[in-house]
Amino acid sequence: MRNLLRRSILALAIAFALGAGAVSISSQSAPSKVPRMADGKPDLNGIWQAMNTANWDLLTHGPVPSTIVAMGAQGVTPPGIGIVEGDVIPYLPDQAKKKKQNYANRLALDPETKCYLPGVPRATYMPYPFQIFQSAKSLLIVYEYAGAARNIKFGKPAESPADSWMGMSNGHWDGDTLVIDVAGFNDLSWFDRAGDFHSDALHVVERYTPVSAEVIQYEATIEDPTVFSRPWKISMPLYRHVEKNLQLMEFKCPEMSEEFIYGHLRKQPKKQE
Amino acid sequence: MKYSALASLGAMAALLMVPLVIFAQASAPTSESTAAPKKSWTPPRTPDGHPSLEGIWTNATVTPLERPKELAGKAFLTEDEAAAFEKKTLEHKDMDKVEGAPGPDDLAHRAYNQAWIDSGTHVVTTRRTSLVVDPPDGRIPPFTPEAQKKYAEAHAYEEQHPSDGPEYRTLSERCIIFANTGPPMLPDGYNANYQIVQNRDFVTILSEMPHAVRTIPMDGRPHLPPNVRQWQGDPRGHWEGDTLVVDTTNFAYSDQSRYGIFYDGMSDQNLHITERFTRTDPNTIMYRATIDDPTVYTKPWTIEVSMNKRDYTMYEYACHEGNYAMTDILSGARAEEAKGGAK
Repeated sequence: MRNLLRRSILALAIAFALGAGAVSISSQSAPSKVPRMADGKPDLNGIWQAMNTANWDLLTHGPVPSTIVAMGAQGVTPPGIGIVEGDVIPYLPDQAKKKKQNYANRLALDPETKCYLPGVPRATYMPYPFQIFQSAKSLLIVYEYAGAARNIKFGKPAESPADSWMGMSNGHWDGDTLVIDVAGFNDLSWFDRAGDFHSDALHVVERYTPVSAEVIQYEATIEDPTVFSRPWKISMPLYRHVEKNLQLMEFKCPEMSEEFIYGHLRKQPKKQE
Repeated sequence: MKYSALASLGAMAALLMVPLVIFAQASAPTSESTAAPKKSWTPPRTPDGHPSLEGIWTNATVTPLERPKELAGKAFLTEDEAAAFEKKTLEHKDMDKVEGAPGPDDLAHRAYNQAWIDSGTHVVTTRRTSLVVDPPDGRIPPFTPEAQKKYAEAHAYEEQHPSDGPEYRTLSERCIIFANTGPPMLPDGYNANYQIVQNRDFVTILSEMPHAVRTIPMDGRPHLPPNVRQWQGDPRGHWEGDTLVVDTTNFAYSDQSRYGIFYDGMSDQNLHITERFTRTDPNTIMYRATIDDPTVYTKPWTIEVSMNKRDYTMYEYACHEGNYAMTDILSGARAEEAKGGAK
């Protein structure tokens, strides 16, 4: 009895010493089951985030110093493995030039600098969490960045009456995969900070396939015959945030970009605070 | 009959407002008593057993936020009075028919025409004369002396320097929040549309303008630490019977109104808003919000507005992305200064 007690205390002490590491090892050994809605469809409710550097550059890239010298290492483009199938974006020859020009002027021209809506698929892999709200009838994807939101329509596909930043999202289920067909885009959003761009002929088909309770495999096929010679595909896992009490924070970035956009129109000299 | 029942329900909710209850009785002759049982209608439920608030809703209405002076002492309109009020208001608000010389605050002669406006054609379903239901006079209570001073100082400066920089313009001109964004969710002149989606842990409200989302945790977690401030505050929800109650704190300070073009108020660090969402029939959520801000208002005040089901598709309201107005306002002000004309 005493031995047993001693052994349990020892086991407890070891578990304590190993801490979170021990827990994650055991949870890795048995992938958790995909949660389900009452009707049997996968339950995608939760806060998710990509864990890669695609927002800086879709293709494999090394570190790049900031265009703002004062930013030093804080402003570096973090190095990363690409997310494009084949690691090539098939620009038409004349369009590749525009990408280069965009890259050269990326800080001034990237819509993210001005807090403009991110478009699709960029919203998915920006370095901020997003939340899926799924009910029996509705599915809403809400992004922390700029408070962007997409209402996914089911049933008869709707055509966008006007071009928009986030496009019109028509969803359907293909087995356990949520497929979202997105069209009706304007030509203003970018795919990343490296100047990858599209026209208003952009058509994106996203596939969200849950592979466990914690991981959705995400895939997007990008088609834009004005800019690319063929459709191309990106893919990445999306990870569930499991932190207790996590919530999307308010990130209304228009005010963070006002000085950049309107600063030159400010009355001089400024009011003394 | 439907209206009468709702009117007495509204009066029931205003338990302490005895004169109002009497008035409701007088103006709603078919209602028996304030203790009359609720209609037998029961709301559709989510898989968790709570009332479903899901769908697309609008709170657009011709009912004003505060009771017009000429209706002093009158809390409810009769059906005939409501019809006349609606007709008069729609004529008065028709931006295509406004006559006379353009004035500085006259939107009709500037940016907007009637095609742009979508501010409702009916009074609220209770036929109240104002959205403010408490205090009983239908008017927002006065500021505290300290708030009056702070407000006067801020506005005196802003009047002299209306366009020094973007932060002197209203929150809606800056595309940060609109009156309808909330809380409190007050009807705006257009795009007063909402989509509500519920899952087990959250209720989320997407406000069309400017694609503002409120994600409301329902698990009883604590509020954010007090140093974190958000324009829409930090909401926490719970159910009281069939009513969704949302408590919001952690608001950002602003001497610019968060109550839209209808009312020029301000909010302070102590602002606490309690909202109540109750489905009263297949087409209605009755929405109440109590604004408690002891350093700004001498007492709390409550608004009530019906959110009506709408067959509608919400589109993208990309406000900031298309904010040519801000550039024009600021560059116009600089041009006037260069001419030596303006402040």
